[in-house]
Amino acid sequence: MSQSLESYLFLSAALFSIGVYGLLARRNLVAILISLELILNSASINFLAFNKFCLADKAVGQVFAVFVIALAAAEVCIGLSLILLLYRKRGSINVDEAGELKG
Amino acid sequence: MSLADLVFIGIAAVTILGALMAVSFKNVFYNALSLILCLFGVACLFIYLNSEFLAIMEVIIYIGAIAVAIIFAIMLSRPMARETEKLEAAKISRSFVIAAFLFAGLCLTLHRTVWHAASPEGDYSMRMIGKALLGWGILPFEAVSLVLLVAIIGALLLAAGKERSS
Repeated sequence: MSQSLESYLFLSAALFSIGVYGLLARRNLVAILISLELILNSASINFLAFNKFCLADKAVGQVFAVFVIALAAAEVCIGLSLILLLYRKRGSINVDEAGELKG
Repeated sequence: MSLADLVFIGIAAVTILGALMAVSFKNVFYNALSLILCLFGVACLFIYLNSEFLAIMEVIIYIGAIAVAIIFAIMLSRPMARETEKLEAAKISRSFVIAAFLFAGLCLTLHRTVWHAASPEGDYSMRMIGKALLGWGILPFEAVSLVLLVAIIGALLLAAGKERSS
């Protein structure tokens, strides 16, 4: 049986690990934002998988997934404007070069 | 194995492939295009999970708004689409080891846990989602709308900051 709860959870675990790899390996801020999107998507797959296989009320997981999508939209909105601001200020979006707050 | 299972495996492969390409290409523009492929696979998975409404939302908001906004940002900052990033081998191998350990730990945990199963049958309709959003979910719903409002105002302020000060 390929469409079981575990197959969805394995898939979202794989997406999450790929996202974490991108978060750690990439130095480009836009690429880091893309990796964050992958992580958020793995969370919504988990919500909907548990919604289908483990919950009696089928609206609960879908409501949480709606919240995840709305928060991702807000995050990208702020993140991209910060990235553009940083790019205009220093002509580069490498995270290693934005180290003013480094302690 | 039925046709639905085969299609499911295909969609899962496309999703993972898209995600891998989204983190591994050195050009950010290709990363953004691969992200769209991956998000489309996730939307197809949502249909398999009986949540058609979420699948449509995924396509409209993630692909139609978020991915397009990322591509806009890449195109607006001129040389970024042509730049390729230099990646250090040490950093890549370190990140790979961390991600592989994370994946192995998650798989082990998933394998060992006993999940309390419920029947997949039920009411997945938009009517139930709307009732839940305006019933027990009214407080987080309002909080999320406030967050979105603040994010929009913040993005406008940040983007206009240079013109205001000069």
